Amino acid sequence: MTTPSLASLHGNRACAAGAIAAGCRFFAGYPITPSSEIAEQMSRELPRAEGVFIQMEDEISSLAAVIGASLGGVKAMTATSGPGFSLMQENLGYAAMTEVPCVIINVMRGGPSTGMPTRPSQSDIMQTRWGTHGDHPVIVVAPASVQEIYDETIRAFNLAEEFRTPVIVLYDEVIAHLLESVVLPQRDTVPTLTRKWASGEETTFLPYAVTEDGVPVMARPGDGHRVHVTGLTHTPDGFPTQRPDLAAKATQRLLDKIEFNRDRIERNETFDLEDADVVIVAIGIVARAARRAVQELRSAGLRVGLFRPVTLWPFPEEALREAAARAKCLLVPEMNAGQLALEVERIVGPDRVARLNRIDGEPIAPGDIVRRIREIAA
Amino acid sequence: MNDTLEAPFDVKDYLRLEMMPHFMCPGCGHGIALRCLLWAVHELGIDKDKLAVVCGIGCSGRVGAYIDANTFHTTHGRPLAFATGLKLARPDLTVVVITGDGDCLAIGGNHLIHACRRNLDITCLMLNNEVYAMTGGQVSPTTAIDRLTTTTPHGNAEPTFDACRLADAAGASFVGREVTRQAPALKNVIKAGLAHEGFSFIEVMSDCTEIYGRKNDLGESPEMIMSQKSDMRPEAFGNVADEPFRANRLRAGIIAQRDRPEYGSVYRLRAAAEQAKAKAKS
Repeated sequence: MTTPSLASLHGNRACAAGAIAAGCRFFAGYPITPSSEIAEQMSRELPRAEGVFIQMEDEISSLAAVIGASLGGVKAMTATSGPGFSLMQENLGYAAMTEVPCVIINVMRGGPSTGMPTRPSQSDIMQTRWGTHGDHPVIVVAPASVQEIYDETIRAFNLAEEFRTPVIVLYDEVIAHLLESVVLPQRDTVPTLTRKWASGEETTFLPYAVTEDGVPVMARPGDGHRVHVTGLTHTPDGFPTQRPDLAAKATQRLLDKIEFNRDRIERNETFDLEDADVVIVAIGIVARAARRAVQELRSAGLRVGLFRPVTLWPFPEEALREAAARAKCLLVPEMNAGQLALEVERIVGPDRVARLNRIDGEPIAPGDIVRRIREIAA
Repeated sequence: MNDTLEAPFDVKDYLRLEMMPHFMCPGCGHGIALRCLLWAVHELGIDKDKLAVVCGIGCSGRVGAYIDANTFHTTHGRPLAFATGLKLARPDLTVVVITGDGDCLAIGGNHLIHACRRNLDITCLMLNNEVYAMTGGQVSPTTAIDRLTTTTPHGNAEPTFDACRLADAAGASFVGREVTRQAPALKNVIKAGLAHEGFSFIEVMSDCTEIYGRKNDLGESPEMIMSQKSDMRPEAFGNVADEPFRANRLRAGIIAQRDRPEYGSVYRLRAAAEQAKAKAKS
């Protein structure tokens, strides 16, 4: 049988299915609404796939265990929501610093604090970028459908392996629990990547040596390299340093690794942009509502289009600049008090950017966007 | 297993000599603990390639970098959680955690009790120097009553933790304690812990001469080492569990050892059964 199969799944189930297909064989997590179905699904699937599931004592230890497993050579992930994601910031920074591939699913709910556990939100957009301390690289993908959750979870694992960095899959409670048809390809047709493993001379191996693409080769315990891994600023040999020149190089390489590979990381989708006077910039379920609003406004004769970042961080800057080149106005609808808008304003300047925000725990509806654009057009 | 068992123990065989000189202060007990760990590793013939040492933050956290093995210097209080993931993913590795009294009992206390409860095959050495030394000498969960630290300038008024009783109560299948003064005895406890299948918790009574001993007039290194002798209650004294906790007046040696199923093996057995079921269906 080589044909893909069609399944009816909700977002969290599709996420778990994507992870297994991507080769994830370790999950550590802690129960939290609205992400728990991912952990439940992984606890069923992983033992059958010769993998390991463990429910840890909190989210701090969950990400720690994930990093531990990945250091051991196994593709690993966790899943959480805002309050748990806050607890993970410490080890997220550790994974970025030590360059350990791992995937973190953050299903956004209303905040701050315990907030509205069962209500959707998009208020973690900036936390995914700047949540952990220090200058660090990060990759965040923001799917907008159940199919895309499946596909982007697979891509998240591949990006994590390719660039040796934590990758966050960020989506809202609506698509987490939305039931949609998903095309599941045959397992062996899923494109999967695995990090480069060190081989060859043990004594001369430098675990953080600069390579052509900026991504160091990883040593697997047991293969004879016996390296040191530390969250302290370290030199290519893996050992700590406080020498200003070496420290600057180490941090710069971390940042460059993502910056210089933007073309392999960035992804975005556009809809009806060619002649658009108004460009809507939206992610997740809000982009779905925006698409509907575009159709409605187009049939009323208004030239409206949509720009949707699929890779949220690094933000597809060039693509947005291009999309915005001839627009009179950019509207940023989002389920928070204004986060995505900050990045859009940074890229195209604040003059043309309008906002539409909902912080009441309700998703933004197509009608909300239609009304806002009619206001702007009037 | 390799052939080093027959060879006499030379600590240099297990150290990253390029890392010398080490950072430890004169008289610090952590070097003795490190030597005893490596001695035990040698006597058990554990392959360095298959040895993973996971450390937290603090003076104890820096010890791992000197070991010629797979070494991981993680985040504060979390080495047991990192080790849990590593051991589950790679049961073929010998996983040792080196932690301190602050790392293990304060910020990492939650991870300790759950590691004890799960009973994965990990050996945890808690180097207890009764103080946060790396940060300049603040009070820790094991600082004795009335001691002076930089955050107890009028004397410590908080009661202390008995880490071994905690580990025992939480279900650790091996609990041991030894002082750095008794190097061969310490080596033997670590060796027994490494050989034990399950979670082994070993409290190593270490000394901080520079910023704890000096501040409390406990003498210099020789005096502090000698006081370990006079203060350590031999096991023959019986169970001190009913008496109030006093630092350095504790039972030593193997305090508890029990047969409990090792969690990794249990998980793998159940997973194999699931795989067989799935196979039978297809």
